[in-house]
Amino acid sequence: MSSEWPLWEIFIRGQHGLNHRHVGSLHAPDAEMAVKHARDVYTRRNEGVSIWVVPSSAITASSPSDKGPLFDPSNSKVYRHPTFFDIPEEVGKM
Amino acid sequence: MYAQMVKSEATNEDPEKLAAFQARIDAGEKIEPKEWMPEGYRKTLIRQIGQHAHSEIVGQLPEGNWITRAPTLERKAILLAKVQDEAGHGLYLYCAAETLGVSRDELTEALLSGKMKYSSIFNYPTLNWADIGAVGWLVDGAAIMNQVPLQRTSFGPYSRAMIRICKEESFHQRQGYDIMMKMAQGTPEQKAMAQDALNRFWYPSLMMFGPSDKDSVHSAQSMAWKIKINTNDELRQKFVDQTVPQAEYLGLTIPDPELRWNEEKGGYDFSEPDWSEFFEVIKGNGPCNAERMEARQKAWDDGAWFREGLMAHARKRAAAKVAAE
Ligand SMILES: [Fe+2]
Ligand SMILES: [Fe+2]
Ligand SMILES: [Fe+2]
Repeated sequence: MSSEWPLWEIFIRGQHGLNHRHVGSLHAPDAEMAVKHARDVYTRRNEGVSIWVVPSSAITASSPSDKGPLFDPSNSKVYRHPTFFDIPEEVGKM
Repeated sequence: MYAQMVKSEATNEDPEKLAAFQARIDAGEKIEPKEWMPEGYRKTLIRQIGQHAHSEIVGQLPEGNWITRAPTLERKAILLAKVQDEAGHGLYLYCAAETLGVSRDELTEALLSGKMKYSSIFNYPTLNWADIGAVGWLVDGAAIMNQVPLQRTSFGPYSRAMIRICKEESFHQRQGYDIMMKMAQGTPEQKAMAQDALNRFWYPSLMMFGPSDKDSVHSAQSMAWKIKINTNDELRQKFVDQTVPQAEYLGLTIPDPELRWNEEKGGYDFSEPDWSEFFEVIKGNGPCNAERMEARQKAWDDGAWFREGLMAHARKRAAAKVAAE
């Protein structure tokens, strides 16, 4: 039986204190091998201190056509940014 | 280049959608896999990225040929790391292609059946250690010329793969030039080997950029889509202008009696490679085409039991885990 190794999405923590970041994907028969392959493919030059692997099939993505309904509503809520408010200089740093 | 003479696919879709798509590209936006794209864009990219990936993988063969015979342990470790990088480049690119809806196995099968190509340059032999220097210096040097602008390509996954690759390439070129420096400053015999390697790799390196495409409709379409950034002639000129002083520093002679500085254009005039040789090589008649394809076919066939065995093991373990729960 020939079946292609499943695809995994690879996330690497570049340095202590940073989030894991998506760096790409690769094929591996199981999670353990995916970690080993990720080490070889994505961290040959000390790019990481930790690796996450996730089966690509487990990821649910928002659809590009939902971009408007999902993200536009926050455009009108400028008051969420501190610069919306004018604070008098006399008050000092805030 | 690593992707030579990639034909663009025709697209006949809703003109309004096409115009909106083109506007996004013109605005410098990146196109991501799930977003709408013209069929032609998708197919052309699969062909181009796939060919690029195949080139990285097949490109390991001429250099791998010298790993066991490197002159020192340090050179051996360096070459091993370089060749391993090329495997990585192939993998980044296959993954970028896969986001377009083709699988890696399909791409591999298309290479093995001869439906897809790899760069003409890897059909030339590496006869001695100086060739390893020439390959790093000239072949990786020519690849960099093309890959640096491609970091700005419109397709997100391709652009990101190129950014990773470019970070690693300058090590490749420098280790090659370092070998050339050692040999050019060595005994007269070593210097002669370096010159001989340059003689043999010069024109095949110029061929990597492909024949002039200033009048090609395929290139015009690919450039509009920003999956090709410069014309072949532009890149070739840039490569020659950059490489001539490097050869001079080595005390080596570029094997081209017509080569001279052209003040007016601010670049060198140089001879075109023999394009009939190029077309023969991409047709399959180069010195090493058969050997390269045999090696890829053998690796694929010999690895089948291993790929399947690991998959069977993974299934068994997953089943045992479910049973235990
Ligand atoms: Fe490469
Ligand atoms: Fe390369
Ligand atoms: Fe390289």
